[in-house]
Amino acid sequence: MRAGRRLAIGVGLGLGLGGCSGSQSALDAHGAQASALRDLMGLFTVVCGTVWLLVLLALAVAVWRRRASGREPAEPGATSERRLGIVVGVAVALTVLTITGLTFASYRTTRGLTGIADEGVTIRLRGYQWWWEATYQDQAPERVFRTANELRIPVGRPVRVELAGVDVIHSFWVPSLAGKQDIIPGRQNEITLKAERPGIYRGQCAEFCGLQHAHMAFLVIAELPENYEAWRSAQLRAAEPPADPEAARGRDVFLAKSCKACHAIRGTPAGGVLGPDLTHVASRETIAAGLLPTTRGSLAAWVADPQTVKPGSKMPLVPLDADELRAVSAYLASLK
Amino acid sequence: MSAPAILPGELDRGAERAILHRQLERTWATPAGFWGALTTVDHKTIGLRYIVTAFGFLALGGVLALAMRWQLARPESRVLSADLYNQAFTVHGANMMFLFAVPVMEAMAVYLVPLMIGTRNIAFPRLNAFSYWIYLFGGILLWAAFALQIGPDVGWFAYVPLSGPQYSSGKRADIWAQMITFTEIAALAIAVEIVVTVFKQRAPGMSLDRIPLFVWGALVTSFLVMLAMPAIMIASTSLILDRLVGTHFFNPTEGGDVLLWQHLFWFFGHPEVYIIFLPATGMVSSMLPTFARRPVFGYLPLVLSIVAIGILSFGLWVHHMFTTGLPRLGESFFTASSMAIAVPAGVQIFCWLATLWDGRPVWRTPLLFIAAFIVTFVLGGLTGVMVASVPLDLQVHDTYFVVAHFHYVLIGGAVFPLLGAIYYWYPKMTGRMLSERLGRWVVGLIFVGFHLTFFPMHFLGLQGMPRRVYTYQPEMGWGAANLFVSLSSILLAAGFALFFLDVIRSARRGPVAGDNPWDASTLEWATTSPPPPYNFARIPVVTSANPLWSEREALPVVTGLRVDRREIVISSVSDATPQARESSPRDSIWPLVTAVAASVMLIASIFTPWAVVWGAIPVAAALIGWFWPKGLPEDEA
Amino acid sequence: MRERVAIDLAHLPLHGRSTASPTWWGTLAFMLLEGSGFALAIAVYLYLLSNAPEWPIGAPAPDLGPGIALTALLLASLVPNHLVARWAAKDDIRRTRIGLLVMCALGVAPCILRIFEFRALNVSWDDNAYGSILWLLLGLHTTHLLTDLGDTIVLTALMFTRHGRNRRRFGDVEDNAVYWDFVVLAWLPIFACIYGVPRL
Repeated sequence: MRAGRRLAIGVGLGLGLGGCSGSQSALDAHGAQASALRDLMGLFTVVCGTVWLLVLLALAVAVWRRRASGREPAEPGATSERRLGIVVGVAVALTVLTITGLTFASYRTTRGLTGIADEGVTIRLRGYQWWWEATYQDQAPERVFRTANELRIPVGRPVRVELAGVDVIHSFWVPSLAGKQDIIPGRQNEITLKAERPGIYRGQCAEFCGLQHAHMAFLVIAELPENYEAWRSAQLRAAEPPADPEAARGRDVFLAKSCKACHAIRGTPAGGVLGPDLTHVASRETIAAGLLPTTRGSLAAWVADPQTVKPGSKMPLVPLDADELRAVSAYLASLK
Repeated sequence: MSAPAILPGELDRGAERAILHRQLERTWATPAGFWGALTTVDHKTIGLRYIVTAFGFLALGGVLALAMRWQLARPESRVLSADLYNQAFTVHGANMMFLFAVPVMEAMAVYLVPLMIGTRNIAFPRLNAFSYWIYLFGGILLWAAFALQIGPDVGWFAYVPLSGPQYSSGKRADIWAQMITFTEIAALAIAVEIVVTVFKQRAPGMSLDRIPLFVWGALVTSFLVMLAMPAIMIASTSLILDRLVGTHFFNPTEGGDVLLWQHLFWFFGHPEVYIIFLPATGMVSSMLPTFARRPVFGYLPLVLSIVAIGILSFGLWVHHMFTTGLPRLGESFFTASSMAIAVPAGVQIFCWLATLWDGRPVWRTPLLFIAAFIVTFVLGGLTGVMVASVPLDLQVHDTYFVVAHFHYVLIGGAVFPLLGAIYYWYPKMTGRMLSERLGRWVVGLIFVGFHLTFFPMHFLGLQGMPRRVYTYQPEMGWGAANLFVSLSSILLAAGFALFFLDVIRSARRGPVAGDNPWDASTLEWATTSPPPPYNFARIPVVTSANPLWSEREALPVVTGLRVDRREIVISSVSDATPQARESSPRDSIWPLVTAVAASVMLIASIFTPWAVVWGAIPVAAALIGWFWPKGLPEDEA
Repeated sequence: MRERVAIDLAHLPLHGRSTASPTWWGTLAFMLLEGSGFALAIAVYLYLLSNAPEWPIGAPAPDLGPGIALTALLLASLVPNHLVARWAAKDDIRRTRIGLLVMCALGVAPCILRIFEFRALNVSWDDNAYGSILWLLLGLHTTHLLTDLGDTIVLTALMFTRHGRNRRRFGDVEDNAVYWDFVVLAWLPIFACIYGVPRL
């Protein structure tokens, strides 16, 4: 049977892929919500798969049992019509039951999702074309800080993420932790993340948002609560003054050029708000919204020619000579 | 033999058929040549034109799909730039929905409905001609823009604010919005024609319970068009106004709302799926008895299912918006309604299986396509049940899972039956059969190619691959599956290429078909292949739901119609009792003139609102030319 | 395929009127799809209203004068409209002509009042979303006024030519009257939205 073989290939392919799935997969669940959704997905897959196989079976038998036994159109007999009617009626009734059951299971899972209390960490997340800005909230204004393209969260505690729209619609999605939620201008949405174990979970914008929609990723790093607190305290501090002379020159170049119009580095006069806060840029795993790992080389490449690395990005090319570029990248790489 | 003179007011008095044919030919035929081609109002010519054009757009959209698959075959590939890719997927989607799927289904109805219900032309034949021209110009607008690299790049759904004045500069989004206007005008025109044709022009005796199921599908679809398409016209008009004259419908800082767009779009967009799917199920229901060699099982449940799906389709639109943060209780309602539509869909599947079960299936290409359709569509429907669930949708929404799902539903659920229908009705349309040998290859290649291409996408989606990305990073681990998908798409494309080859080749070289090559039961097979300009020399009288099977000896027909003017029979809505002999308009250039004037107005209004004012004058003038009586016999009453 | 003659339809009329006329059904179909457009435009109005903290936004409610005058005029026009339809049904060419002339005048007058109505809205289309939807609603209905007026004028001209004495033309007059009823009735919910809702 062709269909059966195809199913086998499909499943085999799926398992093969599933084995090497990374940190961005609904099947590789590490969060409370994602786990509940994965279980529900399992239930739906089994039920729907069974229904599909039954239909295939019925189709196969129907076309094979009396193939080419005559060409003259037949007027159906009353008995067979009645018998078929009963079978079809039963099938429809079973369909109604199945659908009702699945609707109920779906509804129960939905209720479970909304039941998580909000306490602890609150992050306000803004989506921009094409990067993410996270503002960690606190009662005390001096304990509020901004970072970009990376969220750190404590394991085991619910984290409230307030999604605020600025330019176009984006969608916040970390499949290994939870389902997605749109970020819509003029509307307030929120989602609760709860990581079950430490790890790095990748997320990506899931609503088409323009030219570089494909390169609008971010990381959620779940850490033990004590590590998380240490990170948070470090993030609150202003940038250290550069230790070596090359980095110091890099800071001077940064402040002299147009960089500061868009970027902020706390502890320096740079206070731009249009681009990511760079106070601790080197402490983040990636730059350019998940595009490149944070190394001095990638920082240099990104500053040297953002439009080749990420065509259409809002980061303009700021002309720098080779020495300036080296100095700036040294400075940025020092912003731990 | 010289053509006999036709006296004014002369009636068909049961004369010899050869004489009658010549008289009707004189009255009904479109003159050959260029002028005839521009002025014709024959539903068959226009329907065929529509079908060929739509398949042309399918081929173009398919080429775009292949280009996208080439780009996605490897991570961070640079075959297409981000800008070109975004235009490509926008134009692919808009093209497939607005220029291929909906028009081709309407076009099949334009061609087949008058033949299946036993009349000589569609109602409002000039509107029909106008519809084709306006559709053609809208399609050219979209593709010309793409060729000039100013094609829309905001997705076929054109969500605001991305498509709004602030984030989409230039005229790209306006071209999308105006292309919508063109295609919706075309579709609405056909919907009106089909409804009136089915209500008023059925052959005497074709009561509601004897209407072929494809005609039921076309009828319900037409109502969906009339009720759903105004939503997208209001939406696209508001978008153009926001962009051109500074209204604030979608601007949240001035009291507008971003989600309003999504509500309007999907209030149209979900019924749209059924606008494509219902005619396809109608095709299956109409073809199946021919190959099962028995009447369809469950005629009444099938009709009720079509109607039920039509009604339910208006209660589902929010399931495209589960991730937008609407209240959860409301969302659960839409989960229930979305799942409920599985019931009438199931009824149809079960009735078809029962028909096959009790029949004596004859394995010809159309039946192979029907089997491929059932296998594929049921799977697409079941993944539809998954995306209808709010919590599951939170994961799979806007991922490749959904890409897989809707290609299963649209290609499996609509294109497979359509291809089967082409194999089935091609002999009627051209007088020649398609190749049965090539047909089997076509089914095989398309079926296998399709599943190899789209099945792995389910897994890609679950593994986190979002839709509408022009590339992905190597470390994501999606490379192997994407390469596999891209290679498989070549197989699928080969199947379509073979189909086009067969269609082109057989038009000249295929075996001659005869009137009824499949020994089918519906009225279109009672006339010659291809049918004469007047379809039926004498309008049939219908005595059962399968007239050609129950009237094996001789088909009952009517006489007494005039031969000196284009005359059709008007019958009552429910039991098709003849009420009047009505005239059907002659050929006219005015539909084309009106379409040109309207196109100029619509395209100019992308640039200035005053185009609507000045552009309306030539449109009005053309309409007066269209409707002003010419003192022909058709004008008599 | 072989045929046998079952019925002779020579006795049927050459043209059907009312429910036996495709044009009548076509008019009904257009009313359905345009009615669906009106309903959706009103839905947009109510949707924006339900989202807004205040309604109307940043403007006083529209002045009632021109709107009420226009509504009264439209409602009054239903009387001659139905008389024309009745005369047309009786194939009375003289009265139909007079009635159509009256209907032309009754089509022009609301268009003039409509100009004052736009001015009485107290808000511009580009002020805010409230202004936008008000202008859209009024604009949508004005398009229908204008198209039906155009239709009526051409039909009137036609009735004064040699083509006028034709049952087909009388049928057109009847269908045109049905459509005018629709234009008037569709106005009432829009009127209620524009003038009534901001005063609630």
